[in-house]
Amino acid sequence: METLTENIKSKRNAGCETCPQFRDGHLRKLGINLSKVDYVVALAGNPNVGKSTVFNALTGLNQHTGNWPGKTVTRAEGGFHFADSNFKMVDLPGAYSLISKSADEEIARNFILFGQPDVTLIVVDATRLERNLNLVLQILEITDKVVVCLNLVDESERAGIELNIRSLSRDLGVPVIATVARYKKGLKELLNAIDQVATGEFKTSPKVTSYGNGNFSHAIESVCLQLNNIFPNLENTSWLAERLLDEDEDIIESLKSGELLDHVQSEEAYSQYDAEKLRKDGYNINYKYENEIIEILARTVVLRKNLSANFHDELVESHFSEAAKIARRCITYPDKKKRFYIDQYIDQIVTSRTWGFPIMFLLLSLVLWITIIGANYPSRMLSGVLLDQVHPFLKGISSQLNIPFWIDGLVIDGMYLATAWVISVMLPPMAIFFPLFTLLEDFGYLPRVAFNLDMLFKKAGAHGKQALTMSMGFGCNAAGIIATRIIDSPRERLIAIITNNFALCNGRWPTQILIASLFIGGLVPAYLGGLISAAAVIFVAVLGIFLTFIVSWALSKTVLKGEASSFSLELPPYRPPRIWFTIYNSLIDRTLFVLWRAIVFALPAGALIWLVSNIHIQDISLAAYMVEWMNPFGLLLGLNGIILLAYIVAIPANEIVIPTILMLTVLLSGIPGIGEGAGVMFELDSSNDLMKLFDAGGWTLLTAVNLMIFSLIHNPCSTTLYTIYKETRSVKWTAISGLLPLVMGLVVTFIIAQIWNLF
Amino acid sequence: MSTLSDLRKEQIATVIKLDDSCQGYERFRLLDLGVVPGTEIQVALNNPLKDPVAYWIRGAVIALRKEQSDKIFVDIKDGDLN
Repeated sequence: METLTENIKSKRNAGCETCPQFRDGHLRKLGINLSKVDYVVALAGNPNVGKSTVFNALTGLNQHTGNWPGKTVTRAEGGFHFADSNFKMVDLPGAYSLISKSADEEIARNFILFGQPDVTLIVVDATRLERNLNLVLQILEITDKVVVCLNLVDESERAGIELNIRSLSRDLGVPVIATVARYKKGLKELLNAIDQVATGEFKTSPKVTSYGNGNFSHAIESVCLQLNNIFPNLENTSWLAERLLDEDEDIIESLKSGELLDHVQSEEAYSQYDAEKLRKDGYNINYKYENEIIEILARTVVLRKNLSANFHDELVESHFSEAAKIARRCITYPDKKKRFYIDQYIDQIVTSRTWGFPIMFLLLSLVLWITIIGANYPSRMLSGVLLDQVHPFLKGISSQLNIPFWIDGLVIDGMYLATAWVISVMLPPMAIFFPLFTLLEDFGYLPRVAFNLDMLFKKAGAHGKQALTMSMGFGCNAAGIIATRIIDSPRERLIAIITNNFALCNGRWPTQILIASLFIGGLVPAYLGGLISAAAVIFVAVLGIFLTFIVSWALSKTVLKGEASSFSLELPPYRPPRIWFTIYNSLIDRTLFVLWRAIVFALPAGALIWLVSNIHIQDISLAAYMVEWMNPFGLLLGLNGIILLAYIVAIPANEIVIPTILMLTVLLSGIPGIGEGAGVMFELDSSNDLMKLFDAGGWTLLTAVNLMIFSLIHNPCSTTLYTIYKETRSVKWTAISGLLPLVMGLVVTFIIAQIWNLF
Repeated sequence: MSTLSDLRKEQIATVIKLDDSCQGYERFRLLDLGVVPGTEIQVALNNPLKDPVAYWIRGAVIALRKEQSDKIFVDIKDGDLN
């Protein structure tokens, strides 16, 4: 028997193509070029069913995808051209339902309701059809212009599920197209269906969920009748009636304010719904029907009294039983045993009492270790080119052109070298870390981590999904903070935002790795050096995780008091990661993005370092004054003035801490033969030179340990702080997020220094 | 009456109702996940730290904390859904 995937590949499509309805159009991806839109397509679906993958496949854009629910946190728009029409596609956040009043789901619902898209494309997970149909049935109540994209049919096949697509399409009354969006299978048929529904060539006859013959269906009928009498143009009246009876505040409000009815009157409002604007344009007609609206609302209050208290439950139940009925008709399991077998087997191991935690720890260590070891060589190569070859070359040109020394210094020795350093230090670890992390993410391991750790987060008064945002923080804290949008409760979200800084980000690894290999790796024989320094870095990373729990707990006992909110987490099926695709995309998407940001900050910082080292007051540079002034304070913390100055200079980007420290140390300790002049960053040839340098700067093992600790526990970089402000819109919480770790870092390093000095 | 938190492996729970103390967003979320009267549920994964437990609910694996599963009243019998 031929499989679904084979059907998609060729066989039945051949039939499709001979059908007169079929348009052999060509997809042209338009990206964000959205001029002249003919049709608007809303993209809806449950969380984690591959909506963003479908979106990317059709628009050619690069929305971040990953195997955990809730990645798409904002509405994304893109376009494509097919069969003579331009389509605009709007990727809505994933929703389990449209009647639960969570922020994400409201965005989705309001767009489908008020945005009046020409087609709503519902992406459905073929392996979890029954639960996905719940949402489909709800959307069919709002709009009849629907195409269902039955995605992930390769997975359902692997799980031993056989689907009868014709039966499903007949039951739903709308086109159902099987796809594997990841591998771009079935897209042409999908585009055809979208086109036909948009142009009206295909007339849908959507499934209406029946509510039996009880009080409920009578109540709905009665409200419908009234609505239709007053507003004959109103579509989806029975859905509105149902919402009014269910005391849906949003819908009641929009009826009162006239928002709902404005829409019926205004033909041109199709995309971004803007009630204010419409009102100004004179579409406000609600006053005309004020009495009628009051009458309808009064009627629903009366009718509601006759309904049972668990009316909402029954409503959801009827959707689910309808969904179950439809699913039963179109699903068969010819191979029962195969079903979910591998997934379950993996899950039993990665969440087992014996192996769950060791596997997490090993995977974290493995990712860090591969990053540390693997970044070494390309880093050296890059710095060899950028610092040892390009820099002298630029200097040569500048001297030939007789460029004044201060421009030459500021631009080449300051800005160029700072940027070159950041690229050679940052690019290799990021280019290794991000793809590795993305592979784990694509595979579906991260939700299992959240599952294993939830108990600890609960004890800390935090949300279990904080494990996901923390993991993102290991890459970049700003990315981690944006990811906290998956946490619904504002209190728990703030905890996740404030503590994200304790996830050691990529900008801080170079510091950890360099100091650990010089000072801690140096304590043991050479053959153990690599292992011990990796262990030291892992220790710091794990300390960060530990602090995440402690600080979350402290926050939930003090300024962010409250009960842990309800928690539910879907563990999605594992998906075989697409290795090359992932490597390419995470390079383009994440690595270059973070790198670009680092460069933007390194340029001015490089200029600043050069300036403070080269502006002299009575023959002493500004830098020397500042270091002198901060030194006693630094020593008290087991650090020194240079390190503190470096951290101040590096507020924009943590990546430049180490280069700044090295440069200032050379300048102020005045070792001959190393470096190239005041304010010039450089790469030292061997670790011997580095040690000589640190010795001259008065460094001890304590300085190294406290530098590593302080690098973990201090204020987030300015990008992260700005992101926190954007997400919280609160100066207070931004200030707390900045100051709390800074004060903690000062206290911890102070205590370590004092205890150290006792011995 | 038993609650979902009493469910062990190799047993099937059939949902009877949600506790009245479970209201608002919490109730809506559980209903949306398919925890409605009549739904059959099975333990999918136990947790290394005991809580939360992951359940098979209408074809998906969903982890619920004990606070939630305590509020779901069920009938329990021996068996296997898959």
